[in-house]
Amino acid sequence: MSPDLRRLGARASRKAAPLGALALFLLLYLVYNMLHPRGFSGAVLIQNANESVALVFLAIAQTLPVPLGGLDLSVGAEMTLANCLASELVTGPPLQVALGMAATLLAGTAFGALNGLVVVYGRLQPIIATLATGAIAIGLALILRPRPGGRVDADLSWALTNDLAELVATWNLADPEAAWLRPVAWIPVPILIVLVVALGVWLPFRRSLTGRTVYAIGSAEPAAVLSGLPVARARIAAFTLAGFFAACGGLCLAIQTSSGNADIAQAGTYTLNSIAAVVLGGTSLMGGVGGALGSIVGALLVRTLSFYFRILSVDPLLQPLIEGAVLLAAVSLGALRTLRVRNRLELFR
Amino acid sequence: MTFSQIPPETRPVLIVSGFVLAILVLGTAYTLATAGTAPLLMPGYLLQQLQTGAFLGIVAAGMMMVIVLGHIDLSVPWTMTAAAMVASAVGGLWAIPAGLAVGLAAGLFNGLGVAVLRIPLMIFTLGVDSVLRGLMVAQTAGFAPQDRATGTMRLLAAGKVAGVPAAIFVWLAVSVAIAVLLRRTAFGREIYATGTSEAAAYLAGIRTRRVIVGAFAASGLCAALAGVLLAGFSAKAYQGMGTPFLLPAIAAVVIGGTRILGGQGRYAGTFAGVVLIVLLNSVLSIMQMPEAGRQVIYGRVILCMLLVHGRSARSPS
Repeated sequence: MSPDLRRLGARASRKAAPLGALALFLLLYLVYNMLHPRGFSGAVLIQNANESVALVFLAIAQTLPVPLGGLDLSVGAEMTLANCLASELVTGPPLQVALGMAATLLAGTAFGALNGLVVVYGRLQPIIATLATGAIAIGLALILRPRPGGRVDADLSWALTNDLAELVATWNLADPEAAWLRPVAWIPVPILIVLVVALGVWLPFRRSLTGRTVYAIGSAEPAAVLSGLPVARARIAAFTLAGFFAACGGLCLAIQTSSGNADIAQAGTYTLNSIAAVVLGGTSLMGGVGGALGSIVGALLVRTLSFYFRILSVDPLLQPLIEGAVLLAAVSLGALRTLRVRNRLELFR
Repeated sequence: MTFSQIPPETRPVLIVSGFVLAILVLGTAYTLATAGTAPLLMPGYLLQQLQTGAFLGIVAAGMMMVIVLGHIDLSVPWTMTAAAMVASAVGGLWAIPAGLAVGLAAGLFNGLGVAVLRIPLMIFTLGVDSVLRGLMVAQTAGFAPQDRATGTMRLLAAGKVAGVPAAIFVWLAVSVAIAVLLRRTAFGREIYATGTSEAAAYLAGIRTRRVIVGAFAASGLCAALAGVLLAGFSAKAYQGMGTPFLLPAIAAVVIGGTRILGGQGRYAGTFAGVVLIVLLNSVLSIMQMPEAGRQVIYGRVILCMLLVHGRSARSPS
């Protein structure tokens, strides 16, 4: 085989898992819309987009620490903290709303940076360190919001949780009936937010030296160090960006619910689901492989499952069991390579 | 003998004991200054605190077996809850054996997933935890079950023997068993060896799969015992009863100097770690600290203790 062909083959096998997940998602979502009494309508799409957006952001957040060979167990807590902060700040005159959103994202980013600093300069295991910082984040969120409540600017709330036409109409950005707007007017705004953030933040990072170093560390840390790659910077950047994406999720949640809620159980569920989404999206828990696109698809898969619960009217009491079983099955599927290993020593890494 | 001459495994035990004394002194100073009393120095009060700490202590003992192995058992919360619910549902003579069997089954399942499928980063135990939660929610319809804990369960958890709460004796018995198991049996030494380097242990002829399954089974058993006792203490099982124990149990083990990557640690450290957390909790509740502040302080204490002695060696540079 020529080197070019071989490279193509390697590339295809690396992309196979996310593409498989994407195909599965598209199939499941198509069937869902056919079963839904109001399937293939804008309303259903908008509702589903709103329900998915927070988890999608958390899955992107979790995608960065995982290739490093660690998990960030604080993403759910960071999201909750951002959610509570947004319910305090994102209200009032337009300038304050904008500043409040920026402050929320900044706070999440700063918390993520703190995670990174603790992991790198404290030389701690990411999992145990983020377990502890997650407790701190939840504590801070509880101090901000001992009881669910708060307020988020109503216009913002309406504009960002509907389709593009409503966004344009809310702030009189353009003529809602304009010809150029017609073909895209139906697109739900949450999808656009995810696209903008993913294209604007993830792609540049993934292509930067720091971003490539994150993956290099996951593949072979000693090799990355010896090649002179900025290992410490990459680790800190990975956790910082995780904090940023988690804050995006928290902000979206606040905008949707117009309130903040320091719910410990909810934070735990979101963290768990973010891990499930990353695994389903084909990011290897062994490190070195994976990407945001896969994680987005993974998150959508996790969410589609709960959409099915609704239309098939599955007993709500059985839902946690099914979700748990799917998570377990997903991670077991990822472990099938162990059955192909010829030399048992290869297992002990 | 200077500090550096003390073996590295013993140092954390001394540091934690120092912290325990500091908490006692600071807490007493606080109560003397605000109320003029010193409850932290009363034997009765301390025994009562240690009684509530016994459940955490038993969970931490099992957790330590798994952490020495280099893994973490995240299925503890719902193993506890499931064992408590099954025990109080079965009732009668078979209540406690049935509860322990649930824990053993969960532990074996965890062990097989980790040892055979080799699913990394404790994801598997996290999945088992959510499956157990799903099972219990489906079984109980999401409410606290109506069954009551049996007399034996209540006696073991809330009763007193010679003025000392019985739960403390159970904790001590578990402690002795785990300490002997880790230090004085071949299985214990194999856990340390596997935790240090699984490849080396395997090449040395240790059946590492069995060791992993055994350690997880022990952790499941301990969690189940703690769950059964906790149901006895509060007279019934309830949803989410195990959730507040996961983080403190891991914290106690890590604070006590067990290396989070496995292969190193003394049971005495875990024991002292549990005492530290229990005392910290009681000082915080004397100070009437709300839940929010507790979480923050909790996270900080764990981070501080980790930074003192939980650091890994410098990365390969």
